[in-house]
Amino acid sequence: MDYRAEIRNFIGQNISLDNDDMTISDDDNYFELRFVNSLFAMQLVDFVEQKFNLTIENDELGLENFSTVNNLVALIDSKIACKGVVS
Amino acid sequence: MGKQVEVKCVVWDLDHTIWDGVLIESNDVSLKPGIVQLIDTLDKRGILQSIASKNDHDLAMEKLKEFGLDHYFIYPEIHWNAKSYSIEQIQKNINIGMDSILFVDDQEFELEEVKNTHKTVDCVNSSLYETLLDHPRLNPRFITIDSVRRRKMYQDDIIRKQAETEYRGPSEQFLATLNMKFSIAYAGQEDLKRAEELTVRTNQLNATGKTFNYEELDQFRQSDAHQLLVCELEDKYGSYGKIGLALIEQNADHWRLEMMLMSCRVISRGVGTVLLSYIMNEAKKHNKKLLADFRDTGRNRMMNVSFRFSGFKEHSSDDQGNYVFEHDLEKIMSYPDYIDVRCHA
Repeated sequence: MDYRAEIRNFIGQNISLDNDDMTISDDDNYFELRFVNSLFAMQLVDFVEQKFNLTIENDELGLENFSTVNNLVALIDSKIACKGVVS
Repeated sequence: MGKQVEVKCVVWDLDHTIWDGVLIESNDVSLKPGIVQLIDTLDKRGILQSIASKNDHDLAMEKLKEFGLDHYFIYPEIHWNAKSYSIEQIQKNINIGMDSILFVDDQEFELEEVKNTHKTVDCVNSSLYETLLDHPRLNPRFITIDSVRRRKMYQDDIIRKQAETEYRGPSEQFLATLNMKFSIAYAGQEDLKRAEELTVRTNQLNATGKTFNYEELDQFRQSDAHQLLVCELEDKYGSYGKIGLALIEQNADHWRLEMMLMSCRVISRGVGTVLLSYIMNEAKKHNKKLLADFRDTGRNRMMNVSFRFSGFKEHSSDDQGNYVFEHDLEKIMSYPDYIDVRCHA
């Protein structure tokens, strides 16, 4: 499953940039690009859990896993590998 | 079952509940005796009210207007869908917990249908409506300025949301049009009732779920070892009231954030993180380490996420859901441009 595209899509829909020409690369830290509120943070965690049927543990809840598309993909990769889910 | 939370919203049926008769059969329905006063009293207590009725929407709204009752109800659900669906819509729109809703209907079928889907909704048969004012969950300990104008504040919010939907462009630009002013100040005595109310009513962005009563808060307010901060938010549509609270214990080498909460009404405005940033900056200025208490209440994961995403790390935990977080104060998020932050502390 191409979940990278799904994540990009979610971020794009939920983060408003200053102008339409700005784009986010998979390595950009969207928490630094703009002010991110608690609601967005919670929505992002909910999105990942529901979309990919995962439970994010406390020790995984940090900016190091959630701040860029690439970090998020890496987290989901490793969690899916642990579960042994074949998609 | 744990302790029962206060009811924040009463959802009313219409036919045979607010009035006698069935509107779709005859326009000539009459109000239940005492119902207007009952609704008005609940309103003044700061309890929100809405409607879940299987009815013709326009007819029903017209009738409510005729009775002078329409303005009391926010997010009314008047259509032919299941009432469990209506309750869910109301719950989402107001953004409160399912367990803080009380539903009144004359039909056992409807009460059960709702109960079946939403186990935590308090379902009351309308034959008992005259006893509602004595219901323990409908009697908040204090009626504050914020409770009296609560409905008005939610109605302001509906206007805001409408403006937001109609606004074409990035939501940050929209937020900038609101002229938000966020003020942080030491709690005065006049703030304490509202502060107690906040500790009882706030669930999602509440770091410990601990409640404090007036006397305890008054002691903290006067203690040299503590700072009790109150936050208020206003914008061009009006004041959101006192919506945030923080309690800091000041120690020789560190500050400990013992309580931190932010009303669910303002979550989407980003002010929770503003208060955290403010406290971080102050701790840094005073050369103190910053610790923060967090307790998993089952309802406050958003606070957990907020701490961790703001750069707090777990310092210790007792494996029973109690955590102490620590922030190294190296990277502190700055305030968003669209909020004018004023500190009187």
